[in-house]
Amino acid sequence: MNKSSFLSEVVQASGQTIQACYQCQKCSAGCPIAYAMDILPNQLLRHIQYNHREKVLGSKTIWLCASCYTCSVRCPNNIDIAKVMDTLRAMAIRSGIQAGEKDIPLFHSVFLNNIKSKGRIHELSLLLQFKSKTKDFFKDAQLGWKMFKKGKIKIFPSKFGGGKDIKEIFNSFEKGERR
Amino acid sequence: MKIVSYYPGCSLHGTAKEYDESIRGVAEILGIELHELEDWTCCGATSAHSTDEELAINLAGRNLAIAEKENRELLVPCVACYNRFKVAEKEVKEHPEKSRFLYKGDIPIRYSLDFFCEDSILKELEKKISKPLKGLKVVCYYGCLTVRPPDLTGIKQYENPEHMDNLMSLLGAEPIQWSYKTDCCGASLVLTRTDIVKRLSGRLLLMAKEAEADCIVTGCPMCQANLDTRQDEIGKQLGDHFEIPILYFTELIGLAIGHKDVKKWLGHHMINPIKILSTKGLI
Repeated sequence: MNKSSFLSEVVQASGQTIQACYQCQKCSAGCPIAYAMDILPNQLLRHIQYNHREKVLGSKTIWLCASCYTCSVRCPNNIDIAKVMDTLRAMAIRSGIQAGEKDIPLFHSVFLNNIKSKGRIHELSLLLQFKSKTKDFFKDAQLGWKMFKKGKIKIFPSKFGGGKDIKEIFNSFEKGERR
Repeated sequence: MKIVSYYPGCSLHGTAKEYDESIRGVAEILGIELHELEDWTCCGATSAHSTDEELAINLAGRNLAIAEKENRELLVPCVACYNRFKVAEKEVKEHPEKSRFLYKGDIPIRYSLDFFCEDSILKELEKKISKPLKGLKVVCYYGCLTVRPPDLTGIKQYENPEHMDNLMSLLGAEPIQWSYKTDCCGASLVLTRTDIVKRLSGRLLLMAKEAEADCIVTGCPMCQANLDTRQDEIGKQLGDHFEIPILYFTELIGLAIGHKDVKKWLGHHMINPIKILSTKGLI
């Protein structure tokens, strides 16, 4: 394995022996979201073995994975595929390659901003911030109203928690510091 | 009296309010004092672990460090937070350099369902049952992270778990066997790829209906919300009609021990559970 290859980079960052995949396809057979993916999980592992960096990091698959761990527990070679997906998403964000799914990485960044400013997730402001980016204000508006009437929507966020720690965590993340 | 640290997590202060209220209510009757973790913050959830490993470890780790200082067992009702804590715990034990918070991993992190299924608590619970849930047919929906990955959850029967089913039997309900106990509901894709969540949750609703269950029981705020909030839309899409209450296991414990606030908890649900419970003479 070439040490500077994409395969080696993913193996090192995830700690998973991706070379061990022999294409039994058990991961894809059990994946509840395989039907919506552009590259099946077993195919994705093959592409990594072949160092197809752009194809893998630009795929829909890495964003659609819901981290249900079904593949990870069934892999006969003990590859924690859900963890590989985490590694690939993080690499994709840093790579600048256009994401295969538009809204999902956007949602994650809005979500993290919500933690950064409030310490805890405040569901209502998270939803509004996300909608202000997708411009899709009407989707689920009726549902939101029904949930409000059931007392499920908290109007005001809790007091900011963990101020200094949260600031430091995000500072170090934004500077790309590694411990 | 048993005292534990309690990390409610963000959902339990919002959409999963009834989960928080019912855990607090049930714990009180069982003689468990919940001490809310001082100045807790978000565990980081899917967005952190999908973005950066260290960010995920530190957002979870901050809470673990506080819990360790409080030096009590940590009770976590949201299974998604629980998963983040267990992942962080493992990583920090193996690579302490990845964490900016001092955490040795000395306190037990307990997911609520596992906690309430412990022998000592079940024994206590059995004594308190005053209104057995006779005639209530339930399907237990464990979802993903309650059981997976087993090296973190410690659940041996991760393909066919039975601890929630056994708890339901103890309460007097009738757990029905079905094949969808640990299938995914679509989780956090609900706001971004609602179509996927509707398809996955739709299958669960369809199968629960086919099993002739009166309700679905869960211990995950995300599963509860995905299954409870969109039954109308899903029904229309599938040319079917669903009206299946999605209950937290703690609400059913509360019902069986005759907790005075059960109706208040059930009032937060989108699919009203009171209808079916009153036809069974349980409320």
